Amino acid sequence: MDYITWRSLYTVLVFVLFICIGLWAYSKGRKKRFDEAANSIFEEDEQRNNKQGNTKQESKNNE
Amino acid sequence: MSQTNPQQIEYNLKVVRQFTVMTIVWGIIGMALGVWIAAQLIWPELNFDTPWLTYSRLRPLHTNAVIFAFGTSALMGTSFYIVQKTCRTKLFSDKLASFVFWSWQTIIVLAVITLPMGLTSSKEYAELEWPIDILIALSWIAYVIVFFGTLVKRNTSHIYVANWFYGAFIIVIAVLHIVNSMAMPVSFTKSYSVYAGAVDAMVQWWYGHNAVGFLLTAGFLGMMYYFVPKQAERPVYSYRLSVVHFWALIGLYIWAGPHHLHYTALPDWTQSLGMVMSVILFVPSWGGMINGIMTLSGAWHKLKTDPILRFLIVSLSFYGMSTFEGPMMSIKSVNALSHYTDWTIGHVHSGALGWVAMITIGAMYYLIPRLWGQTQIHSVRWINIHFWLHTIGVVLYIVALWISGVMQGLMWRAVNADDGTLTYSFVESVSESYPFWFIRFVGGLFIVAGMILMAVNAYRTIKAGKPTTETIDVAPREAAAQSA
Repeated sequence: MDYITWRSLYTVLVFVLFICIGLWAYSKGRKKRFDEAANSIFEEDEQRNNKQGNTKQESKNNE
Repeated sequence: MSQTNPQQIEYNLKVVRQFTVMTIVWGIIGMALGVWIAAQLIWPELNFDTPWLTYSRLRPLHTNAVIFAFGTSALMGTSFYIVQKTCRTKLFSDKLASFVFWSWQTIIVLAVITLPMGLTSSKEYAELEWPIDILIALSWIAYVIVFFGTLVKRNTSHIYVANWFYGAFIIVIAVLHIVNSMAMPVSFTKSYSVYAGAVDAMVQWWYGHNAVGFLLTAGFLGMMYYFVPKQAERPVYSYRLSVVHFWALIGLYIWAGPHHLHYTALPDWTQSLGMVMSVILFVPSWGGMINGIMTLSGAWHKLKTDPILRFLIVSLSFYGMSTFEGPMMSIKSVNALSHYTDWTIGHVHSGALGWVAMITIGAMYYLIPRLWGQTQIHSVRWINIHFWLHTIGVVLYIVALWISGVMQGLMWRAVNADDGTLTYSFVESVSESYPFWFIRFVGGLFIVAGMILMAVNAYRTIKAGKPTTETIDVAPREAAAQSA
C-alpha cells in the first residue's frame, strides 16, 4: 500500500473513530456514570460536612 | 461504609503554593514588560540606547514571561492541585514535583538573562538556546512522570475530565518542544535548526500554533473544568459534551499551524488544509465555551455577588470571542488583510489576557485562601476592583488594535488607480497607528494595576494565614473497591 492510500484510509479511520466516540458518549448506558463523574469533584465537600472538623479548613465561596 | 481507622494521606499542597506565588510574581513581571515595550513603540527613547533594553530583545522576554513563566506556572500548580483532589491521592513523588518547580523557575531565570543578551534561536515562542532547551525537556519529562504517575496510583475509578485536558497538554507540549528544538549547536550559546527552508517554517508553526492549542487552550480548559464547577457549586453542564469536544479539539488543533504561513513559500495545498482545519476548529472550541458558561445555567444570580465567578465566566466569553475570531482570520482572503498587522496582536491578547489570564486569576483567587488556611480572601471588594481594571484594560487593548490592524491592512494594500503605485508609504501607516498604540499602552497599565492589587490581596491573605495541611481518608474507598 502506498503512502497516500495509507494516509487516506487512516483519515477515514480517525473520522469513524470520532463518530463512535460521539455515539458512545451520548449512549443511554453512559449517562449514570458521567453524572457520577461530573459530581465526583463535590464528594470531598460532602464528606467534610458529614464529619465536621476533619481538617483545618475548607473555605466557603466568597460571597 | 465503615470508618474504622481510616488510612490518611496528606496532599502535597506545598508545591501548589510555590507555583501559586510565582504565578502572581511572573504575571506582574511579564505584563509590566509588555507595557514597557508598548510604551517603546510610542516613545522609542525608552530603550535608553542600551542594546539589551531594545524592543527586539524585550519582546521575546515578554512573551516567554507571560506564556512560560506566568501561564505555565499556573498550569503546573493547578494541575498538581486538581490531579491530587480528583484522584484522591497525593502526588506520585514529592521530590520530583519539587524538581519540576525549581527547574522550571531556573529556566525562566535563564530566559531573563539570555534573551536581553541577544542569545536567541530566533524561533518565535521557542527562542531559548539549546542548553536551556535540554533543561526544559528534562523538567517537562519530570512533570510528565509526576502527573501521569499520580493518575496511575489514583483511588478513583474514573479520571475526571480536567485531567484529560491537562494530560493532553502535557504530552503534546513535550512532543512539540523536543521536535521543534532539534538543532545543531555550533557553540555553547549558538545553534542552527536541523530543518531547512519551508520545512523549518512549517515545523515552527506546527509547534507555535499547538503551543496555543495545547498550552494556552487545552491546559486552561482543564483549569476551567475544575474551578468553574467548584466555584459555581454545580456540576459541569454536560459531561458528555466535554468528552466529545475533548477528542474533537485535540484531533483538529494539530493541523491548524499552516494558517500562520498563508501566501508564503509553503505549498498551497498545505495552506488550504490548515485553513479548513482552523475553520472547523470553531466547533469544538465553542463546545468548551458553551459547556463552561452553561454550567451556571439556573444560577446566574451568583455572578452578581461573586467576583471570582465573574472572572471565570467572562474568561469563557473572551475564549468564545477569540475562537470565533481565530477561524475567521485563518481564512486566506481575511488573512490577506489581517496578517502582519496589529489585528493579529489584538487577537492574541484577547485570548491571552481575556481567556488565559482571567481564568488563571479566577483560579488563583479560589486557591489562595484555601492553600493558606483561610476561609476568605483578604478583600473580596478588591477582587471586584481587579475584575473591572482587567476587563477595561483588555477591552481598550483589543478594540484599539482591531482598529489599527484593519487600518494598517487597508493602507498597505491601497493602490493608486491610474498607475498601480502604492497609495501610502509604510511609515505613513506607522504614524497613523500612534493614537491606537497609546490606547493599548493605557489598557496595559490598567491590567498591571489590577495584577498589583491582586498581589497585595494575596500577600495580606497569606500573611494572615498558615499553610493548609489537608488530609484525605482513603481506606474506606479502597475497602469498597475491593469488596465490589
